[in-house]
Amino acid sequence: MNAFRQNHTTIQDTVIRWSMRFFTYAIVLGVGYILFDIIVKGIPAINWEFLTGFPRRGGSEGGILPAILGTTYLILGSIGVALPLGMASALYLSEYASQGRLNRMIRLAIITLAGVPSIVFGLFGLGMFVLFFDFGTSILSGSLTLAFMILPTIIVSSEEALRAVPQALREGSLALGATRWQTIYKNVLPYALPGMFTGSILGIGRAAGETAPILLTVAAFYLPILPTSIFDQVMALPYHLYILATQHPDTQKVLPLQYGTALVLLFLVTGFNLIAIFLRMRFRKKYKW
Amino acid sequence: MVMSPQTPTKIETLGLEVFYDTQQALFGIDTVIPSNQVTALIGPSGCGKSTYLRSLNRMNDIIENTQVKGIVKIDGTDIYTNGTDLADLRRRVGMVFQKSNPFPKSIYENVVYGPKIHGVKDRQTLDELVETSLIGAGLWSEVKDRLDKSALELSGGQQQRLCIARALAVEPEILLMDEPASALDPKSTARIEDLIGELRVNYTIVIVTHNMQQAARVSDFTAFFYEGHLIEFGDTQTIFTKPLNQQTEDYITGRFG
Repeated sequence: MNAFRQNHTTIQDTVIRWSMRFFTYAIVLGVGYILFDIIVKGIPAINWEFLTGFPRRGGSEGGILPAILGTTYLILGSIGVALPLGMASALYLSEYASQGRLNRMIRLAIITLAGVPSIVFGLFGLGMFVLFFDFGTSILSGSLTLAFMILPTIIVSSEEALRAVPQALREGSLALGATRWQTIYKNVLPYALPGMFTGSILGIGRAAGETAPILLTVAAFYLPILPTSIFDQVMALPYHLYILATQHPDTQKVLPLQYGTALVLLFLVTGFNLIAIFLRMRFRKKYKW
Repeated sequence: MVMSPQTPTKIETLGLEVFYDTQQALFGIDTVIPSNQVTALIGPSGCGKSTYLRSLNRMNDIIENTQVKGIVKIDGTDIYTNGTDLADLRRRVGMVFQKSNPFPKSIYENVVYGPKIHGVKDRQTLDELVETSLIGAGLWSEVKDRLDKSALELSGGQQQRLCIARALAVEPEILLMDEPASALDPKSTARIEDLIGELRVNYTIVIVTHNMQQAARVSDFTAFFYEGHLIEFGDTQTIFTKPLNQQTEDYITGRFG
């Protein structure tokens, strides 16, 4: 009887373990195939002219430099706005605000915002920045719109990072006569920064890849010149990809260029993420605990 | 409350009451803590002794919805008036926690954390503070060659002594200790107890302990708390040999708690 029971649970365990393993591998395989496909079909399209030239003949020939630069500006702009704002909100919510009902409601609102479709943020950006503040379709409007879109992610992950810092470190600092701000600045923030960068890593990916928000606030179909100020329009990689894939008269002919654009977008996001991961590692190493 | 310490008073509480939300944790506590002596706070878990300790440097303030009534005087000045500079109060009234909480920085950075916050910048002064504080905490000889190493590499007992050194570095007058040895092995505990004996020369020490023998060994005065009330306060000798109160005697002899 005893032996039977043991056997039964062992089989159950094995079945569960193998099905979990199967699903995990299936997901990895799926994502891996997509990556593989893009890399294999994208590499032939990539050459010096593609990376440094302007598009010609409606994107059928030439390069994608304006789109690369445009997406780079948008990533830098949106992270530059969203990271300080998000960190400040997270600091306020977890370190200063009283942890009552209002705080819980604000938190819930922020988490809900993270799930709002990007086109809604696009419309908000159009109404708010392009029209109301009269920034026009511009890098500024696009960056702010993307910043608002990724803010919830950054706030939530920053808050989690702050919460992971043990209360005992705050108490130890306060007990030495440090003010609340000194405590946060010297004995909480440094340990939470790596986690805060995680939020920005997630944000970079979204800011770089979203098409709907920039469609309404910044992206140009085609521009013969590079932007000279934050009030200029830019091209952007995801939008360019969208155009090549759906608006071009001969989408089959420009298929290699689509793959090339997708690959460049992937590289760009990976590059920015590597920078963030590198920064995160530096802080982790500095404050081991 | 019968007590008349021969030494000058350092801390005095009058009708001290603490509420967490609507729950009252302390009831009308009147105490006189003598200067440069060790006062032990004993009593079963939840009796309010830690709450009492944390009201002496206003650490209860950081817990939301905490309300403090009554008077706490240090050197005759009420620390609960509006104008009290919390940073200065906590510099003068140092605290060592139950669970050692070294910062995830180097040993050196841990000790200079307080002084730097209070504006000491001169490297040589800081170096001297590190040495005197670590000597004061009985840790210098063990760590003097690895001050730049992470404090987290130290043993549990060493970490707690580092926390004591860190508290000493801001040159406090009073040291509050919340069961400082409860998480340590017997040898480390003995070291901390010896240290308390040495520190009482220069500091007024108030220590919470669960360990009766420890209270008897290290303290000059003992306060027995029960369910938020101060039951008895007197010199340790008297409390442990002929307590006036039956509850005190029951607790000390291990009949409850």
